[in-house]
Amino acid sequence: MNSETVFAEKTCTVAIVGGGTAGLAVASQLKRLSIEKVVVIERENEVGGVPRNCDHYPFGLREYSRFLKGSAYAKRNKKLAKELGVELLTNTTVTKIRPNATLELLSKTERILLKADRVVLTTGVRESSRSQRLIGGDRPNGVITTGALQTMVYMSRFKPFQRPIIIGSELVSFSAIQTCAHLGIKPVAMIEEQDQVRVRKLFRPYLFIKNIPLYLSVSNIRINGDTSVESIKFKNSRGLEHEIETDGVIISGRFRPETQLLLDSHIEIDAGTSGPAIDQHGRCTDTSFYATGNILGHAESSGFCWHEGIETAKRIHEDLLGKGFSGNQMSHLRCDDPAVKFLIPQHLSSPYGSMSMARFYIGLNSPINREIVIKTNLDVIWKGKIKSRPLRRLQIPIPNLP
Amino acid sequence: MPSNKHDIAIVGAGVVGCALARRLTLDGASVIVLEKAYDVLDGASKGNSAILHTGFDAPSGSLELDCIKSGYNEYLEVSESLSLPILKSGALVLAWDSEQLKVLPKLIEKAHENGIFNVRPLDREEILRREPELSRELLGGFEVPGEYIIDPWASANAYIGQAVENGANLWRGVEVLSGNFEQNYWTLETSTEKVYSRYLINCGGLYGDLLDERLIKKKNFTITPRKGQFVIFDKAASSLVSSTVLPIPTATTKGVVICRTIFGNLLVGPTAEDQESRRNIATDSSTLVKLCKKGSTIIPKLENYDITSSYAGLRPATQYSDYQIHHKTEMAYLTVGGIRSTGLSAALGIANYVSKMLSEMGFQFSPQKNPKLPEVDKLSEYHERDWQIPGADGVVCHCEMVTKREIERVINGPIPPQTIQGLKRRTRVAMGRCQGFYCSAELAKITNGKLKIPLICNE
Ligand SMILES: Cc1cc2nc3c(=O)[nH]c(=O)nc-3n(C[C@H](O)[C@H](O)[C@H](O)COP(=O)(O)OP(=O)(O)OC[C@H]3O[C@@H](n4cnc5c(N)ncnc54)[C@H](O)[C@@H]3O)c2cc1C
Ligand SMILES: Cc1cc2nc3c(=O)[nH]c(=O)nc-3n(C[C@H](O)[C@H](O)[C@H](O)COP(=O)(O)OP(=O)(O)OC[C@H]3O[C@@H](n4cnc5c(N)ncnc54)[C@H](O)[C@@H]3O)c2cc1C
Repeated sequence: MNSETVFAEKTCTVAIVGGGTAGLAVASQLKRLSIEKVVVIERENEVGGVPRNCDHYPFGLREYSRFLKGSAYAKRNKKLAKELGVELLTNTTVTKIRPNATLELLSKTERILLKADRVVLTTGVRESSRSQRLIGGDRPNGVITTGALQTMVYMSRFKPFQRPIIIGSELVSFSAIQTCAHLGIKPVAMIEEQDQVRVRKLFRPYLFIKNIPLYLSVSNIRINGDTSVESIKFKNSRGLEHEIETDGVIISGRFRPETQLLLDSHIEIDAGTSGPAIDQHGRCTDTSFYATGNILGHAESSGFCWHEGIETAKRIHEDLLGKGFSGNQMSHLRCDDPAVKFLIPQHLSSPYGSMSMARFYIGLNSPINREIVIKTNLDVIWKGKIKSRPLRRLQIPIPNLP
Repeated sequence: MPSNKHDIAIVGAGVVGCALARRLTLDGASVIVLEKAYDVLDGASKGNSAILHTGFDAPSGSLELDCIKSGYNEYLEVSESLSLPILKSGALVLAWDSEQLKVLPKLIEKAHENGIFNVRPLDREEILRREPELSRELLGGFEVPGEYIIDPWASANAYIGQAVENGANLWRGVEVLSGNFEQNYWTLETSTEKVYSRYLINCGGLYGDLLDERLIKKKNFTITPRKGQFVIFDKAASSLVSSTVLPIPTATTKGVVICRTIFGNLLVGPTAEDQESRRNIATDSSTLVKLCKKGSTIIPKLENYDITSSYAGLRPATQYSDYQIHHKTEMAYLTVGGIRSTGLSAALGIANYVSKMLSEMGFQFSPQKNPKLPEVDKLSEYHERDWQIPGADGVVCHCEMVTKREIERVINGPIPPQTIQGLKRRTRVAMGRCQGFYCSAELAKITNGKLKIPLICNE
């Protein structure tokens, strides 16, 4: 675009894109393993990621063996990283990724070209917007995602509405209720396009306690209102028009990996997860790049992402020492069952190497109760029966390979 | 005679009113623009396909064709000085069945008749070579190299910006209720104070007929709003096609287009749905689904791409196919209405036409010698953006890479936006993939106390 751009050139050993849970976990672990120069690049003015805006429990059980609020947890993660000597570059956006572990950065004052030995992508997820969900109707103010709601409420004490409707019934939708309660906002209903809530069934009584009616199998959702939301209309499970008065809409869940950077890069994106395709070591199709945390597209809890980050750091350490997995021959992993939406990792590198992810993650489109086969073009890697409805994701141990 | 009298009052700050305000101000008239919405571009001009049309398919011999052609030429002329971005995409008009294939020669002939001589037929293979992602169902088509993509809002903002910079008054949130022409001047009753002018122009767009009734007690035409819904795909999808893909136009519509936007996305739309309401720009989820399907029959790979946003716009259609420009000389009154589906391209041409008309009627002024230029930010993905220039003070909207400096410049500018939609149209903030997931809170903070309709409930 602009050929005369002047970049300040910098170098480091490992550059981490995104200072959320996963990024800080990777960085801290790399320092523990004595990696020299570890830099976390975060576009917000603070590291911490999504938990920073979560004034609710539970966070930190696995990492610190105690119940923490998200905000306190994020602070701890930051403190740990600092103490271990991680360099935190905040207010700095990664604007482009280039081959061979090279990043273009934009800080408040300058543009930087950062050359690293390895890069880790940990940019997390965001919720699908109203448009992505093809929700029709007017375009008043007061239609926001849970993420936006949380930031508004916790960071700025803004109150976008009083009696909103929640669209979606995932974990995050339930956390929206908590967020609302914080400011005395009372949701008037939860509506879901599927025929079941998207969390374990034990959550349903919570709605009952909170006196929030639940509508399942709704379709043709329409938002009405001129400048602010007035009502929401939809077809209910029996196909009848239903209208609920409300002054706001929370669009919750349907997480999508934050892959803006990957879209115009040389790195492969997986159609199933919409995140980067990785091999069993967590490497992208340019093997100087790793990816971990929610960017992989499985929408996990923070504790899970932390743990994954630690494991990824260990593998990067091995990689930098030149041990373990020298092989760069990637073969594509497949599972042809129509109920399977995604499979992580998407590739298998050979030779297999000692250090690798312990599990496959499988996402489902629809309920399943049959045998599935995971294979490369040459070999069957795993075979077994799965019985599940489409929740968050399933885990299968990755078997030992020759 | 009241002392605060203007030469010309323009009712309506859509793209047409804005272009007229600029032209007549530069001509030397003292101009006041009255807009009932809190911001400019809140009517028909709010949502369109943003194509700078050549007029290749306009009715031959129509006023519309004349205005499109002169508007097109002036647009290219002023684009540099007004900082208006252009994406020189060119267009392909494509036939997908044998009936459509038969119509092509006639359309090419018409284009030539309209003076667009570089329109020429292309065979199927040539088209597929240029646009390899198009469906193989394609039968043939022709190219219109001069159809370009522009920023639908920056243009009108630049027109009104230049008008204001050079002395025009813009009153927003002021509705014209009625008017009286006596002793050779107009007295307008508005929702706020009275306004006086020697001449009055109705650029009421979707309300043009109602405004005629209010002001001259006569309807020149009847508006039947025609809704067009759009789906905007993620930026990644913009690599699927480089030309604008047009269908064979029909009598009522140009049909569903697939084109890139100047902001780097890919657009599919619009539909054409007649309706009563002049306000209702609601989208309908089943129609949006249909548009997505339509898109992927033309470009199969589109199926794999995410949607960034969806919206609808209303065309001020009348019972006539041509523009409705009527003057009532004895009342110093002009209606510029029924600018249906080409107003963005034709606005500057319409303004020239009206300027000439006024001067022929004896409204002559002394043109401004060195008119000032407004400051306009280029928001085009295909040009340098503010964040790429040092000192941007951080990025607020990460999806569209909108800087704090840009937002503050607009908020503190000569025509500060008064609604979040106005701010979005002028900066692109929150218009990207996340639609505010990350920046809503920051935006609420930055705009607190500055918008007529705040983002938050008052505490
Ligand atoms: C509303 C909500 C409630 C939740 N509640 C809980 C809960 O109660 N308990 C729990 O365990 N988990 C909860 N989670 C999940 C938890 O937040 C995630 O698992 C965790 O944050 C994932 O970490 P991450 O590092 O992958 O991504 P994130 O935390 O999202 O971090 C990504 C970081 O990358 C940065 N970034 C992105 N792009 C760029 C770029 N180009 N340049 C620089 N920086 C960039 C972002 O600013 C962000 O800071 C919740 C999530 C949400 C949305
Ligand atoms: C779906 C769609 C796609 C299109 N695509 C293209 C394209 O690709 N290229 C192209 O060239 N054109 C396109 N157009 C056409 C173009 O958008 C219109 O021709 C143009 O916007 C008309 O502008 P206008 O100024 O006449 O009307 P408007 O934008 O409606 O402006 C009229 C203004 O008058 C104000 N007003 C009304 N009554 C009063 C009152 N009593 N007092 C004060 N103010 C009042 C209104 O609030 C409004 O702001 C498209 C249109 C649509 C809907």
